[in-house]
Amino acid sequence: MRIRMTGVLAALTVSALVATGCSSGSPEPDSTQPGGSLLIWADDQRAAALAPFAEAFGQENGVTVTVEAISQDLQTNFVTASQAGTGPDIVIGAHDWIGNLVQNGTIDPVHLTAEQEAAFAEVALQAVSFDGQTYGVPYAIENVALIRNTDLAPNAPATIEELVATGQALVAEGKVTNILSLQVGQNGDTYHIYPLFTAGGGYLFGKQANGAWNPEDVGVNSPGSVAAFTKIRDLGEAGSGALTRSISGDNAIPTFTSGGAAFLVSGPWAIADIKKAGINYEISPVPPFAGGPPASPFVGVQAFFVASKGKNKALAVEFVTNYAAKPEIQKALYEANPRPPALKAALEEVAATDPDIDKWFAAGENGTPMPNIPQMAAIWDPFNKASAAIVGGADVQSTLDAAQETIVEAIGS
Amino acid sequence: MTIDKVAGAEGATLPRPRGSAWRPVTPSTPRGTFVIGLVVKIFALGIVGALAVAAAGPLIAAQEWMWLSLLVVTTGLIFYVYLSPRRIALKYFVPGLLLLIAFQLVPVVYTASMAFTNFGDGHRGSKQEAIEQIQSSSVRQVPGSVEYGLSVATRGDDADGELVFLLLDPSGNGLIGDAEGLRPLAPGSFTASGTRITAADGYRVLSLSEASLRSEDITALVVPTEAGAVRANGITRAFEGRAVNAYDAGCDCIVNVDTGETWTADNENGSFVNAAGERLPQGWKVNVGLRNFAVALTDPRISTHFLGALLWNIAFAALSVFVTFVLGTACALALHSDRIRGLRIYRILLVLPYAMPSFAMLLVWSDMFNRDFGLVNKLLGLDVDWFGGAWSARLAVIIIQLWLGYPYMFLVATGALQAMPKELVEAAAIDGASPWARLRQVTLPLLLVALSPLLISSFAYNFNNFNAIRLTTDGGPFPPTDSTAGATDLLITYTYRLAFGGSGAQAGLASAISIYIFFIVVIFSLISFRRTIRHEEVFS
Repeated sequence: MRIRMTGVLAALTVSALVATGCSSGSPEPDSTQPGGSLLIWADDQRAAALAPFAEAFGQENGVTVTVEAISQDLQTNFVTASQAGTGPDIVIGAHDWIGNLVQNGTIDPVHLTAEQEAAFAEVALQAVSFDGQTYGVPYAIENVALIRNTDLAPNAPATIEELVATGQALVAEGKVTNILSLQVGQNGDTYHIYPLFTAGGGYLFGKQANGAWNPEDVGVNSPGSVAAFTKIRDLGEAGSGALTRSISGDNAIPTFTSGGAAFLVSGPWAIADIKKAGINYEISPVPPFAGGPPASPFVGVQAFFVASKGKNKALAVEFVTNYAAKPEIQKALYEANPRPPALKAALEEVAATDPDIDKWFAAGENGTPMPNIPQMAAIWDPFNKASAAIVGGADVQSTLDAAQETIVEAIGS
Repeated sequence: MTIDKVAGAEGATLPRPRGSAWRPVTPSTPRGTFVIGLVVKIFALGIVGALAVAAAGPLIAAQEWMWLSLLVVTTGLIFYVYLSPRRIALKYFVPGLLLLIAFQLVPVVYTASMAFTNFGDGHRGSKQEAIEQIQSSSVRQVPGSVEYGLSVATRGDDADGELVFLLLDPSGNGLIGDAEGLRPLAPGSFTASGTRITAADGYRVLSLSEASLRSEDITALVVPTEAGAVRANGITRAFEGRAVNAYDAGCDCIVNVDTGETWTADNENGSFVNAAGERLPQGWKVNVGLRNFAVALTDPRISTHFLGALLWNIAFAALSVFVTFVLGTACALALHSDRIRGLRIYRILLVLPYAMPSFAMLLVWSDMFNRDFGLVNKLLGLDVDWFGGAWSARLAVIIIQLWLGYPYMFLVATGALQAMPKELVEAAAIDGASPWARLRQVTLPLLLVALSPLLISSFAYNFNNFNAIRLTTDGGPFPPTDSTAGATDLLITYTYRLAFGGSGAQAGLASAISIYIFFIVVIFSLISFRRTIRHEEVFS
């Protein structure tokens, strides 16, 4: 009898499995409102910040808005779910997803009025445009800057050379262990090395006549990039040691907060830890090399996207173009996750109470929107590893030649 | 006496009632238990039925007939098996069988079928979907056209009636748009407030809530105009737009109506290509036959590294098993004595690493091997760039494997030692064998017989131990001139990078390579099991 029961229970489990595995309906929203329903996907923090506003929108208009937090691999999950017809109507994500989301046919362009477009910071709008169309409504801008410990380094260095000299003096005095905390890691970090790469005169993709990225023109081993990496190599383990593979994403911020380095290259996400550690800090743009062009960090823009396979597209477009572009919403999202808002009005309002905001924005002024073309996927891995190898002391020209070849081959295939 | 009894029982042929009327109610099963069992069974089958009905609704709505028929067959099978007192064997088999199909066969078949396609980023949907997406994402506002305030309305008084757009242009003129086209509204026949029309004679303006229920109709309503078409932009605005790209079935191509540029369908590769060889981003999934399997063998990027990765992979798996086995067994032998005090505490301490989550431990270990900040270098006063050199990285990975893996070997070896008859070792001692000879010629061979299957499964597991590499070195160090294959790359981490690292996800290629890996593991396991069987024959 016991065995027979086990059998019945097992059968139950199986049928439950079959039942859940096959039902392709999205989670049932509680139908308290008579109108249609809208499903929004975002990561944990943003979902929590957005929920009250989504509810208010629902109350106001007699519709049901559900915000679901997807804590892991939001982009991949969104693509897969859209394909299966179980995706949301709106997704919130980074602008560099656009190329991949478009090639998988998962998001639609949005049409903003000229008046609406004028209200956004230019870099934000530029970031969400792809193939001549605007694909999302931006709400936050983020980029790295130079954060310094003002007790150790009271003045912002004007050049990287000055930064290294200050850092070396501090190391010699035994006040810090590292000249600079910039994450490289064993396998490299394109995002964080990029300001130095551009300050040295390098580029990843050329631009087409209309300002769009040109995937045919990969500049990884261009003379400018070689010159840039020659300078980076001098900063690396074979040179002054300002850059080292021992500092990775795991220990870059802790090295700064524990007083191990006076300078940190990082983004707004580092501030919470720095404040908690009670460090007096100041934010300034990543400095250029002496006599070189300005350092240009990657600018990332967070945006609302309309899913092309959503079940309630008209309502989704309404929410994204008319409601998400309101300054109140952008301010609330800032409060949940302090990054400069993309709407100029919201930015001004937030900057009045948070002195850091203007500095982040200033640090991003020379920034490059992270390329949102799908070909960017081919850059990351080879470029990461090439930069780590050069920081470790490898030959610049041959390393970049090999990276260039791998990237071009991957783009071509 | 006992012998007599047994013989008697064997010889006797007891008359036994046959047929469905007979119930095996034995005296040892009280009637109460039977009733409870019956109630539980009815309840459980009731839930199965309820779940099936609940699942059927959405399946019918989504017109998933294949899944629906599968659901019906599965549910029918469960009822057929468990409602009858017979079919005892099936009662035991069905749950396992269903689980086997759901968790083993379906994923394997799915992977195998994917290996014959170009499924991946940019090639996920059908050609039709790609065409629709290319056309709809090329809709641009007609230059110089105006923005309209939109009110979604119906003809007459029914909220479910035929949908029309009531539009207000910036100069305050009212228009009505439907599938026929755009016509002006008589100036006095409507009232407007702000940018939108709030009421119009003969029409019912829908509230946002009502309109949101007709989302599909709103999206589908395209009001043709001379320059393009007026489309809804949400529910409160509309714009005049035009699809720049159009599909032409005649030439099976996409034509840009402004520039005349054409992208012809490449049905072999699932994308639209122009004369310059450029592709539109949106592609579709096509069958590519054996191409993925061929690419895995012939692409120089893959084949030049495959052998090296395979050799290290074998060495990694074999060494992982060997070092953990040696240390685990040594600990087990050392503690296999009744004379040690605090035996239990030693055993608990030794098993401790096994109790910690390996994910977290792998990350902690990778930090411990950091050159400047790591515990290993600081503790030993070294300045070794562990993950920077090929051989030091390999050594570090094996050390981590040893720490993570030896408690398991210790546990199974302790178990095997305790199950081993003491008489054998004692007999050897009496025959004058030295302790070393006793260990080498009696204990170890017996231990190996017991542990061989575990060693083989441990080898197969470590062969594909993705986390052990991914969370520590991530395949590195990489030669400066090659970012595709690192010194500690296993086939599985190498494949992962190949499939998901370069130009987005290439699930088709990854499936093909994982099938190759599957066969490699099968071959190794088969050889090992053959050898084990011979081993056992010798010793038994």
